Amino acid sequence: MEVGRKMANMLGTDHDLNFKETELCLGLPGGIAVVAAGNETESSSSPKTNGKRGFSETVDLKLNLQSKESTMDLNKNLDDNGSKEKSGSAKDPAKPPAKAQVVGWPPVRSYRKNIMANQKNSSEESGNSGAALVKVSMDGAPYLRKVDLKMYKSYQELSDALAKMFSSFTMGNYGPQGMIDFMNESKLMDLLNSSDYVPSYEDKDGDWMLVGDVPWQMFVDSCKRLRIMKGSEAIGLAPRAMEKCKSRA
Amino acid sequence: MSEQMSDDDERQQSPPSDLDFASNKARTCIVTGSVSGHTEFQSPYPDQVLENVLENVLHFLTSRRDRNTASLVCKSWYRVEALTRSELFIGNCYAVSPARATARFTRVRALHLKGRPRFADFNLMPPDWGAHFNPWVLAFAKACPWLEKVYLKRMSVTDDDLATLAESFLGFKELVLVCCDGFGTSGLSIFVSKCRQLKVLDLIESEVSDDETDWILCFPEGESHLESLIFDCVEYPINFEALERLVARSPSLKKLKLNRYVSIGQLYRLMVQAPQLTHLGTGSFSPSEIAGQGDQEPDYVTAFAACKSLVCLSGFREIIPDYLPAIYPICANLTSLNFSYANITAEQLKPIISNCHKLQVFWVLDSICDEGLQAVAATCKELRELRVFPVDAREDSDGPVSEVGFQAISEGCRKLQSILYFCQRMTNAAVIAMSRNCPDLVVFRLCIMGRHRPDHVTGEPMDDGFGAIVMNCKKLTRLAVSGLLTDKAFDYIGRYGKLVRTLSVAFAGDSDMALKYVLEGCPQLQKLEIRDSPFGDAALCSGLHHYYNMRFLWMSSCRLTHQGCQQIARAMPRLVVEVIRSADEEEMDVCVQTLYMYRSLEGPRNDAPKFVTIL
Repeated sequence: MEVGRKMANMLGTDHDLNFKETELCLGLPGGIAVVAAGNETESSSSPKTNGKRGFSETVDLKLNLQSKESTMDLNKNLDDNGSKEKSGSAKDPAKPPAKAQVVGWPPVRSYRKNIMANQKNSSEESGNSGAALVKVSMDGAPYLRKVDLKMYKSYQELSDALAKMFSSFTMGNYGPQGMIDFMNESKLMDLLNSSDYVPSYEDKDGDWMLVGDVPWQMFVDSCKRLRIMKGSEAIGLAPRAMEKCKSRA
Repeated sequence: MSEQMSDDDERQQSPPSDLDFASNKARTCIVTGSVSGHTEFQSPYPDQVLENVLENVLHFLTSRRDRNTASLVCKSWYRVEALTRSELFIGNCYAVSPARATARFTRVRALHLKGRPRFADFNLMPPDWGAHFNPWVLAFAKACPWLEKVYLKRMSVTDDDLATLAESFLGFKELVLVCCDGFGTSGLSIFVSKCRQLKVLDLIESEVSDDETDWILCFPEGESHLESLIFDCVEYPINFEALERLVARSPSLKKLKLNRYVSIGQLYRLMVQAPQLTHLGTGSFSPSEIAGQGDQEPDYVTAFAACKSLVCLSGFREIIPDYLPAIYPICANLTSLNFSYANITAEQLKPIISNCHKLQVFWVLDSICDEGLQAVAATCKELRELRVFPVDAREDSDGPVSEVGFQAISEGCRKLQSILYFCQRMTNAAVIAMSRNCPDLVVFRLCIMGRHRPDHVTGEPMDDGFGAIVMNCKKLTRLAVSGLLTDKAFDYIGRYGKLVRTLSVAFAGDSDMALKYVLEGCPQLQKLEIRDSPFGDAALCSGLHHYYNMRFLWMSSCRLTHQGCQQIARAMPRLVVEVIRSADEEEMDVCVQTLYMYRSLEGPRNDAPKFVTIL
């Protein structure tokens, strides 16, 4: 068995070789998992969990986050993404590869892997667990969070929760009901031209929209994931969002 | 070597005698035997009548292996065979050029082409490696305009190619694309709108880009000849109303496989239109979100019961298990059931599977656990093919299936011929048991997902298990190994795997000896794919006697050097030796990342991308 291990060691140039003894870990020594929201189906809080990534190279402190929020949660989220990242081929030199995510192994076609990953996501979001869990990513943040949209009753509540999570981001001025006035192009443009972050979301059709374009409940039903991006980047979404808004009206 | 070349069922290049590559057998026959002589005299063959008779007789020969053999008898037979071959199979699109193929076979009706090597499916190679359909479609458009069927696997097909297909071949009837890419809905739109005789359009595990064209709407109005429409891999919504009208005007439709954007309510409407279906892919098998809450649910059970000819069921892409009972009426007729996208438990499976007495092909996820497999073993006595896929395809995930389910299957399904099994734990004992219980096995693919994992009870390597398989399963032609394996396993394979044609190896073996055993011991070996195993140049050289008999050899992350590969390339001029590196590597390393080599009549291809070096 040792022979086999040695072989693996000598062989893999771009393959991961981290074995359990040498892997980098994040999180408190006791392996406490602070789960942000909702439930994970994957094995969670035990310290021997797989897929822990060493982030010393990549922790981006722009967000001014408290250290105790760097949790096991981030590992699970990354594993969720693992299938997509893996299949893009593991060539990011900044992040050491997560344990046991060798390219193309096990030999399951990416087609099938993607379908299983999508199923997992949608079953977590839709009625199965009674929660509307969506992933939230923020540009520049080293990891994802998850929120349960059903825990909030309005855009304002969501905005507050997100602000707490990613403390340095500010949601632009949304007006009294928390909805972007899409008919007012100049107001919209102001918002997007600022350097503030704006939240965008992927809807059921796979389109990326600006958060706030539809009534709250409709948003909860159709939102698949959230991405918080810089206002300037979100400009591309605005015309489409307005179109969709118009076609819905 | 000559005997092997002529028996090889893959080779299309039994060449005319002017090529120095011809086998000795062929040359001898031409020199001594043929009735029509050797012949540069083109005019009246003395036995024109005999050739006509021959032509009529050879029409009946369908097996390509037989045809290859027949073509070697003598020049006359070669010529007549070429005229009467209507189905052309080319296992490696780079082994022979379109020009050569169309020059020899002028009356081909069906073309079957395979492109990329299989390991490309697992991201072991950058995209855009090659395997373009374009030169083929152009050549055939000119030379064989009566082509009716095209079957492609792992090839790149563009929208233009689809347009060419539709425009150049007036009677075009069947298109099957398996694991292909490069085209989108706009190509499909043109294709379906122009192929008025279309009977079959099967898109299987292919990547279809969304050009936002409504291709279903592009099917021409009026009665359609469609017999098979498979589009479950299309990851975009389709125009359901147009599909419903299409199905309504396709009385010959037998196979319909929907994508996940078709809800169960929509499925119902289609089934009601087409109770004559034999193969059905159910789409999402869940209600659409916008369905009204208070609406009456259609009577799914009756709809399924009305499909009395249904024998093959798949789909279930986003299954809500509550709806499963709808399929009870047809379980007893099913010969093929694909649950491999349905994350269901043993409890949910049992009521279904306990009625599937005639089931021969079963694909499923490991979510059913060992218990589910036991239920399969208890009922499905006719099972020929089983595939168990992992819900969670990672090395360290929990393994819901193990040697327990595996052994149960071997005990219950004695007629098993083909198995693909992903698991986290396995024992030699269970594998040995299967080798004894299922002597008819032709395909044995076991994937123990943890690399180098030994027998989890004894701690031993898995050598004995795989050894038993090659020893006891005398019909075995395809083998994929995994787990902790020493050279001994390969010694067994070389000694007993005399019929093995395809062998897949990953993270296995200790030394060059392993590869030598296989290359020296397996005379039927045609496709050998190896990754991450400690085999070097010396091992590579031990196969020189055999490489012309093989379709290809793939070795990635092994211990090959440029020098070693160069040696092979020099020794074997009819082999194309490709060294493939990752897309972003500029320099050629001493060590070879990936070697892909294959025999070819054409020499190095001219469409190789930058990351491929042909030695």
